[in-house]
Amino acid sequence: MIWLNRYAKVVVASTLLLIGAGGMVTSTGSGLSVPDWPNTYGWFMFTFPMSKWVGGIRYEHTHRLIASTVGFLTIILAVWTWRVDPRAWVRRLGFAALGAVILQGLLGGLTVLLLLPPAVSIGHAGLAQLFFCITITLALVTSRWWTAAGAAPLNDPILRRIALATTVLVYCQILVGATMRHIGAGLAIPTFPLAFGHVLPPEWTPAIAVHFAHRVGAVLVFAAITLTAAHVWHWHRPQRDLVRPATLLFILVCSQATLGALVVMSGLQPIVNTAHVVNGALVLGTSLVLTLRVVRRTLQQPVIGDVKTSRRAEVPLLEKDLREVRG
Amino acid sequence: MHVNKLRLFFAVALVVAASACGGEKEEAPAPPPNAKRVDQSKTGNVAGRVMIDGTVPANPRLQVEGDPYCSGQNPTGATGESFIVDNGALENVFVYVKDGLGDYWFDVPSEPVKLDQHACRYQPHVLGVRAGQKLAISNSDDTLHNVHALATANREFNKGQHVKNMVDERVFTKPEVMVHFKCDVHNWMHAYVGVLNHPYFAVTHDGGKFELKDLPAGTYTVEAWHEKLGTQTQTVTLGEKDSKELNFTFKTSAASSN
Repeated sequence: MIWLNRYAKVVVASTLLLIGAGGMVTSTGSGLSVPDWPNTYGWFMFTFPMSKWVGGIRYEHTHRLIASTVGFLTIILAVWTWRVDPRAWVRRLGFAALGAVILQGLLGGLTVLLLLPPAVSIGHAGLAQLFFCITITLALVTSRWWTAAGAAPLNDPILRRIALATTVLVYCQILVGATMRHIGAGLAIPTFPLAFGHVLPPEWTPAIAVHFAHRVGAVLVFAAITLTAAHVWHWHRPQRDLVRPATLLFILVCSQATLGALVVMSGLQPIVNTAHVVNGALVLGTSLVLTLRVVRRTLQQPVIGDVKTSRRAEVPLLEKDLREVRG
Repeated sequence: MHVNKLRLFFAVALVVAASACGGEKEEAPAPPPNAKRVDQSKTGNVAGRVMIDGTVPANPRLQVEGDPYCSGQNPTGATGESFIVDNGALENVFVYVKDGLGDYWFDVPSEPVKLDQHACRYQPHVLGVRAGQKLAISNSDDTLHNVHALATANREFNKGQHVKNMVDERVFTKPEVMVHFKCDVHNWMHAYVGVLNHPYFAVTHDGGKFELKDLPAGTYTVEAWHEKLGTQTQTVTLGEKDSKELNFTFKTSAASSN
């Protein structure tokens, strides 16, 4: 199981790299630099000569190659999980990852063939983050921390709710950001922090509305993460498995706000823009890790010696899982 | 059950993809019966110049280094083509009759209009084509280009040209001013194609001059379009065998008029 966990972490890192490569495609406006799919200018993708990786093709073709690699890694992850992990839901999650990456590939191809319609491109961006979340979940649930069940039970329904709400909010914010990118509204409000010198934009267009919604969303996400982190710091300070992701989450959201401002002030500079996308994925992933850890510990059965308490009825699935893992 | 759903999904995906790739050849509209024709013996001309007033913005330096071939073709560097100005006269302005022709019918030329990709630029940068006329797009470069027409009234398309001397012929069936062409491989490459259902258009060259020849008598709205400065319109009334002068001046302080 430990090697499966390490491998799952490699898939997570590869997926983050893929999100970065996809971010560079959009940020450099290279999404249609390779007009055909799944071929590349008529070549089989893997035989496309490196001498022809010029201009925007470098970004788009690299993105496709990394995507193919991640797809291949995901096949191995799904099969490996299926063979090694005794928990049925984890095995299904492995194949959910495979299904997601296949669908993601199809969406990527469709958006090229359909000339980047915003709905398909936004779907491609949104599914990328969901796939990233699945790989993170797989890496977490195959970790020793999760399977050994050594962490103390946690009874904090408030934290469970705000952590989950924060993760959902971050994902919604990413979807709004993806919408903004794919309808070309990244500079619909070209000034920061004010909108055309005002708190509220003096005029409204769909592009300005989406852009402004992303800014409002940023404030909400920052508040939610600050609240979640403060809650963890205040009530669970000795518990490093919660404090670490909470602290990292706060650092990442501060970085994200800074990058968001720089994106506007730099006039959508591609590297800054992509860093904002990648860091956004890290915010989502970290928030998910914190949420899953809270959920895991909330559902963790208190152990007094070898005698299990009456909370068994509340956690039938995990108790069953633990028995399976422990053999 | 699941297999059937999967098949349905792939079938839908294939149909969508096929519809996206298909329809490259569009048919030109046929003339209506009793179509009204221009009497060439009674036509006149409108000619003039397009000037620019104010500080001319500098064309940005192009980042051609992303492709070694393009760097080699532009050894001293390259700049944009938005502002080609000669003694205050502005080139690459598309001037055309926007309104006033009524229901005249004009035969579509059988000769294609040519748009070439040479030295990692579209040449010409601004051009006009008739609705229904072939546009022959070629690649004279020894590098890959993709021809991406961001049409709105017509069908948008994106076609790769990865071999030198490749030629693709396309037809726009509906009037559209302008269709923006770009190359996503080389993001500095842009061209603008005005699609019209009549022959009264010109692109300013050589001192910002233009001429609209063989116009029938009438009152016309003439528009001058520039990629950065927007549009200006003027009205001109032309008698039989008449000639009129029409000048436009774009002010650089105003980004766009109209």
